[in-house]
Amino acid sequence: MIIDWFTVIAQVVNFLILVWLLKRFLYRPILQAIDEREQRIAAELADANASKLAAQSERDEFMRKNEAFDQARADMTAKAMEEAQNERQQFVNVARQESEQLREQWQQALRNEHQNLSAEITRRTQEEVFAIARKALTDMAGVTLEARMVELFVQRLHGLEGAERMHLVASFKAAPAQVLVRTTYALTPQQRSAIEDAVKFVFGVEQPMQFELAPDIVSGIELVTSGQKLAWSIADYLGTLEKGVGELLSAQPVAGPDVVSGQAA
Amino acid sequence: MHLSPDQVVFWQYGVFKLNLTIVTTWVLMLVLVIGAKLVTRRIGLLGKHGVAVTRWQSLLEIVVAAIRQQIIEVGLRQPEKYMGFLGTLFLFVAVASIFTIIPGYEPPTGSLSTTAALAICVLVAVPLYGIRELGLGGYLKDYLQPTFIMLPFNIISELSRTLALAVRLFGNMMSGGMIIGILLTITPFLFPIAMSVLGLLTGMVQAYIFSILATVYIAAATGTHRPLPKSASPQPTA
Repeated sequence: MIIDWFTVIAQVVNFLILVWLLKRFLYRPILQAIDEREQRIAAELADANASKLAAQSERDEFMRKNEAFDQARADMTAKAMEEAQNERQQFVNVARQESEQLREQWQQALRNEHQNLSAEITRRTQEEVFAIARKALTDMAGVTLEARMVELFVQRLHGLEGAERMHLVASFKAAPAQVLVRTTYALTPQQRSAIEDAVKFVFGVEQPMQFELAPDIVSGIELVTSGQKLAWSIADYLGTLEKGVGELLSAQPVAGPDVVSGQAA
Repeated sequence: MHLSPDQVVFWQYGVFKLNLTIVTTWVLMLVLVIGAKLVTRRIGLLGKHGVAVTRWQSLLEIVVAAIRQQIIEVGLRQPEKYMGFLGTLFLFVAVASIFTIIPGYEPPTGSLSTTAALAICVLVAVPLYGIRELGLGGYLKDYLQPTFIMLPFNIISELSRTLALAVRLFGNMMSGGMIIGILLTITPFLFPIAMSVLGLLTGMVQAYIFSILATVYIAAATGTHRPLPKSASPQPTA
């Protein structure tokens, strides 16, 4: 007998048991694993897609912000450059004005200094000349400068001639007022009387004479009556000297202001 | 030389006996179940770490997915319902033939008792699945198609195809073992090896044929070949 019926029944049972076991241990876990994996992959793909979209939108946002930032930076740079240009122009203008002022001040100071120097030179020259003259006269003639001045003044009075003498005489007679004699230094009584004598002799006037100290006339004697003045003074000599020195100083070139102007430009 | 492993009996008590067919079947069952358990026990652990899959798991996934795909292609719409039965048919027959590479092994499918048992399982499973899908009336109505005259022929067809299933598998598996046994006595060493390779091929083909035919029978019984019922359209009245 090829078919053994007990074996058939046993194999049917065996097969059914095998079906149950494989369903339990093979098909269900494998199919479940496949399904889970497919679901997870699908979920991950969806996540990745969502992330990609989010990244895309963020990138767009970033690009937009970047462009806006670039634009703003360019605007600010242009504005800053314009402001800097304006400020620079202002600074240059201010500096130019200050330099002009400084040059003006410097030139003014130079002029002042020049004037002061001229005045000082004049004063010192007068003093030196006066001192030299006094010394020379003292040493050589044995008389003081004042005595010599009075002498010289008297000589000049006597030496007056012609139209000048007539003019003065007319003036003295027309105005019989006081006759004023102004000197730098106080005169001795002899000197006063010498002057009075000479005046009376030359002009023939009898008016009383008044003597006055006047330090502003440089080492000299003035005879003043109404509207007329006769004087001898070192200032006449000094005037010539001053003129010579003044010409010498004005001949020197003034180079300073050009240098200042060059720096300011 | 024996024709069937049924004839090798290890133990017998009355009608109860323990022959080579039953013992080999048990061994195959153990190998299948333990192998499946070993491969699938770490699926959950691996699943948490992403898509990492072991090689053996990949192999089983390929097999299971291929079986499911075959069931779908035949026309069963819910393969998971038939997976256990049809997949086990294929795996049992295939593994039984693969093990023929072990010397001295006799496949349990080389016993007509085993193939008859499998064919009887198919014979019983087909109406069970059909009734579950269509109901008892719906299933029995199929026997009257296209006319009631066909009822006896349908019944004969049902029985004969079961017999054909059993004998086809038995004949192929038994003949493979017999040919190798005979050739070993004539031309040892080389020719039996070629025949073993051929036997492996025929074994796989038989496993495929057996399970695909069972699938087709079930698909026919569950009515999946019929078009889906449409909503009734209004009929014009005379």
